[in-house]
Amino acid sequence: MNLSPFTIALIGVVGLLGVGFYGLLVSRNLIKVVVCLQILAKAALLALVAAGQISGHIDLGQSLALTVIVADTIVAVMGIALGVQIRRRTGTLDVRKLASLRG
Amino acid sequence: MLALLLIVVAVVFAFQATRARGLIASALWLAGVSALTALVLYLYGAHQVAVIELSVGTGLVTVLFVLAINISGDNPMSPGWVVPLPLAIGISLLFILVLGWMVLSALPAPAVATPAATVFADVFWQGRGLDVLVQVVLIFSGVLGFLGLLAEVKAPLGGSLAESVTSDRDLELKAMEEQLLEGQESPE
Repeated sequence: MNLSPFTIALIGVVGLLGVGFYGLLVSRNLIKVVVCLQILAKAALLALVAAGQISGHIDLGQSLALTVIVADTIVAVMGIALGVQIRRRTGTLDVRKLASLRG
Repeated sequence: MLALLLIVVAVVFAFQATRARGLIASALWLAGVSALTALVLYLYGAHQVAVIELSVGTGLVTVLFVLAINISGDNPMSPGWVVPLPLAIGISLLFILVLGWMVLSALPAPAVATPAATVFADVFWQGRGLDVLVQVVLIFSGVLGFLGLLAEVKAPLGGSLAESVTSDRDLELKAMEEQLLEGQESPE
């Protein structure tokens, strides 16, 4: 089976998206939810670069991927900081317990 | 074929990151995913992004994860899932199958794209100027938000919280003084 580089990249994109989606569904820890979001962002990164390569505009794909890296890092930073604060205030990172909090 | 191998290993690492019981292990698996993704990006000709992904995704984000886990503690949770596990696996497999079918069936015929004679710096700084501006704003607001969220909460100089803190402290001081006085009187 002869797979083109673009097909290989798409296989990786679909695989990473699926695993990240599965992780979001099963994870109860807030920090782990951020980890799963990071996996989803890696898939987006790979898709942008692969699309840039197949269209002959690898520099455009790279610049868009760079924007995704920055946004993804900021999301991770804010998610981590929120997790730390939630842990300090409520003593748990369990999303099921946090969902039942009142007040 | 090397790219396919790296991608398969990256997907396996990602799965391990979601399955790992400890948060530190999960963060380290994620660092592996980032490193492998950076390698794949390098193979695909995106050299600048690969280096940035390696330094930011593998380095900075992992350090931040380890820092946060050290602060909040790596306590394993009781078993259980948000969504029942068979349902989650079924939904994820359906998602992968449908997305894979849609993407792979819509693949264009493999054409040799003529590489455009552009330079990454020109495209990034001139062609995508608005993106650069958005990135600067994002970084600025992210750093400020991170510092604000991690700051210790201090009582305001006035108001009910400060008053309650000072009154509690006065009561504790009085109780300590009484205990000291009782301790001095009892030996006599």
